[in-house]
Amino acid sequence: MDSFEDTLRQLREAFNTGRTRTAEFRAEQLRGLSRFLRDHKQQLQEALAQDLHKSTFESEVSEIAISQAEVDLALRNLRSWMKDEKVSKNLATQLDSAFIRKEPFGLVLIIVPWNYPLNLTLVPLVGAIAAGNCVVLKPSETSKAIEKILAEILPRYLDQSCFAVVLGGPQETGQLLEHRFDYIFFTGNAYVGKIVMAAAAKHLTPITLELGGKNPCYVDDNCDPQTVANRVAWFRYFNAGQTCVAPDYILCSQEMQEQLVPALQNAVTRFYGDNPQTSPNLGRIINQKHFKRLQGLLGCGRVAIGGQSDENDLYIAPTVLVDVQETEPVMQEEIFGPILPLLTVKNLDEAIDFINRREKPLALYAFSKRSQVIKQVLARTSSGGFCGNDGFMHMTLSSLPFGGVGASGMGRYHGKFSFDTFSNQRACLLRSPGMEKINDLRYPPYSRRNLRMLLVAMQERSCSCTLL
Amino acid sequence: MSATDPGSEPSLGVDTSEDTLRRLREAFNTGRTRPAEFRTAQLQGLGRFLQDNKQLLQDALTKDLGKSTLESDISEIILCQNEVDLALKNLQHWMKDESVSTNLLTKLSSAFIRKEPFGLVLIIAPWNYPLNLMILPLVGAIAAGNCVVLKPSEVSKNTEKVLAELLPQYLDQSCFAVVLGGPEETGQLLTHRFDYIFFTGSPRVGKIVMAAAAKHLTPITLELGGKNPCFVDDNCDPQTVANRVAWFRYFNAGQTCVAPDYILCSQEMQEQLVPALQNAITRFYGDNPQTSPDLGRIINQKHFKRLQGLLGCGRVAIGGQSDEGERYIAPTVLVDVQESEPVMQEEIFGPILPLVTVRSLDEAIDFINQREKPLALYAFSNNDQVVNQMLERTSSGGFGGNDGFLYLTLPTLPLGGVGNSGIGRYHGKFSFDTFSHQRACLLRSPGMEKLNDLRYPPYGPWNQKLLSWAMGSQSCILL
Repeated sequence: MDSFEDTLRQLREAFNTGRTRTAEFRAEQLRGLSRFLRDHKQQLQEALAQDLHKSTFESEVSEIAISQAEVDLALRNLRSWMKDEKVSKNLATQLDSAFIRKEPFGLVLIIVPWNYPLNLTLVPLVGAIAAGNCVVLKPSETSKAIEKILAEILPRYLDQSCFAVVLGGPQETGQLLEHRFDYIFFTGNAYVGKIVMAAAAKHLTPITLELGGKNPCYVDDNCDPQTVANRVAWFRYFNAGQTCVAPDYILCSQEMQEQLVPALQNAVTRFYGDNPQTSPNLGRIINQKHFKRLQGLLGCGRVAIGGQSDENDLYIAPTVLVDVQETEPVMQEEIFGPILPLLTVKNLDEAIDFINRREKPLALYAFSKRSQVIKQVLARTSSGGFCGNDGFMHMTLSSLPFGGVGASGMGRYHGKFSFDTFSNQRACLLRSPGMEKINDLRYPPYSRRNLRMLLVAMQERSCSCTLL
Repeated sequence: MSATDPGSEPSLGVDTSEDTLRRLREAFNTGRTRPAEFRTAQLQGLGRFLQDNKQLLQDALTKDLGKSTLESDISEIILCQNEVDLALKNLQHWMKDESVSTNLLTKLSSAFIRKEPFGLVLIIAPWNYPLNLMILPLVGAIAAGNCVVLKPSEVSKNTEKVLAELLPQYLDQSCFAVVLGGPEETGQLLTHRFDYIFFTGSPRVGKIVMAAAAKHLTPITLELGGKNPCFVDDNCDPQTVANRVAWFRYFNAGQTCVAPDYILCSQEMQEQLVPALQNAITRFYGDNPQTSPDLGRIINQKHFKRLQGLLGCGRVAIGGQSDEGERYIAPTVLVDVQESEPVMQEEIFGPILPLVTVRSLDEAIDFINQREKPLALYAFSNNDQVVNQMLERTSSGGFGGNDGFLYLTLPTLPLGGVGNSGIGRYHGKFSFDTFSHQRACLLRSPGMEKLNDLRYPPYGPWNQKLLSWAMGSQSCILL
């Protein structure tokens, strides 16, 4: 019997009372989230600065404002999302009521990583709440300052009989996963994703896994190198590269590489100054372990830009590597840091083959002035998301579903997709208790006439049959 | 066995499975399944398969399950044909990129969701509706542009034979394969990597499938089962209820994952229901149901013995006869059944209907909620309020008010379970969506770089205000 048992039982009991079902309750929780963000904005920014050296700008744009926008979207659309969805009927069910009812699953577990510790907690949480579930949050123990705020302050803004924050490392998370949940939402790496899915399989628990991978970034010869460099650099070095959808490596021709490298240097200098370590706008690596890992990658290929590191500051300079071999570590694992390898290919076909030989990534990028080239890359590859001529802007649109495919994950969320993720879609058909005579058609003893009329009744309404 | 021989026999065993899978993956990678024309041709092939072999299929279903022609038609052959036709009619529309609304920052860009096939799909089908539960998912997988490995049930042998020998002739065999075998072969098959697994069967095996899928991070749909409760209110016409419940219970000799599994009603209602159920059974199947051509048989000895055992639970109020030679179980109603007896501990999957008495609606709802969430739930009452309460206060994959699983025949309603009864949804467009990866796409201009100055460091206080506002606004008139 572990420490989670009581918490989970309490939450289940609360769910079974029906408390989370009303729109009023859900709206109240969402407004609570809103107040939490407003009341503690300063503290949250400080915590993010402490954990990841995030600038106020980055915190605002990628954590606080995004979370707020999702809360607002859910509040605005809650009733419409909750509504029964009527469906079209066939002749046999013309007089009936046919609809899809959205129901909460019950007890949801959300496991959060450390790189966007606020966003990746609150955005799924918004969906789970809007859908009427009770939620157990497991923030990352690695982003300690945010973990503290989530554990100590967030619960005050929610009905604590229905929401709980549990803490711990891999061992505690493993114990947590032995328990039965009605939905598990996990963001993290593929290795742990498999463990989560295997644990979910024991209870037949549905899951969403937001994983990662190496996101390819193809740069065509036909483009403006400086524009491309600006865009790629910004998305690569944002949050010191610790973003699951950041461009991980570039594929381009030798000629393009020769133009890109100086353009990337321009961009890095423009963004972070001559000594990026002194820029308030560049993040830091989350901890020693990842710092060491990234420091190791600096030895791959040849450093064309950056390459400096400072252990005491957990600082890695915005770096570009060239002459990188496919077999080197920097091309074998998701980089998750401010290091950008450039790999040369002879043409578009070679780039596409290179991409398709590897696991399907969470994001894929292509830069070209020619829309044909963009469309080809899109048509001949697969990935969770795709952006032509920019980085992960597609994430800012809540009308686009966010998630992976293959090794980069399963499931989708953001906006209404979050609500749908955490809802059981229940097919409902309400018929009349009377008019039994009509059913004579379907009962045995069977005849050919029965069959013909039954088949007609099963046709879609749009058939122009005038029978009955 | 040559991987390049188009007329080769279906695969058997591990080694040939590997060849088959590799061959299908290579075919997928050529992009062959992507054009609408290809998918249409396969769907048309499926349609011809059903038409050309209708008699053969009916015979196979009769041999496997004693299915009458009408049952074969409405629950298997025609249902499959309808799904094929629906997919053919809607294919181009379903395949289209779905435009989505943009915010201020992306106003001049193209934002849409692109539907893509996953790649190599595995469909594992059970024996109770061996055609339907293979073809309906297959339609979705084909429409979505996948290559498919089909694993029909070895238990419904006659249908398995038709699927293995004839179906491939109607499809492009470089992209579709039927593999045969029992639990061991299926286990071996599951060690391989697929891009999607669609499984219909029991929760016990569902867990095995999901665990196997976890090793490759393969997304899945699990159509499982459970005990589907059927609440009958005092305020109803017993004969009407008895007709409806009996038809859905004894259809396919009860071997239906969405059949009403047990009834919950008051003692008073039970006393009216039992004679009404007897009337219905006699009306449907005659005085000696064993001679009715409209009643199915149990799939095999193992299940027959299992069901024969359940006949000893509670007290037989109607039926109770069985005949091993024919694998015949009479349409049976049991009363005075205890919750702890086997008939209330497992999914019945046979023509046996236990009646369990409760004192009130609340007690019925508590009874239901103490148990695993079922695939289907039924409530019969003249009173709307009662039906709605039952709907509100329980959960299940699907719900029928005042009837049985008719909702299955509406392709606009999604079919699937929740909790122990399953994960995922299909039928109609839901099938297409199940087998499609929804890729979020944003196509921006390579120019207009000046606009991006807003987002680049070094940051001033006005950067973030403007950017946040631009991100949040969906309907701004600036720009």
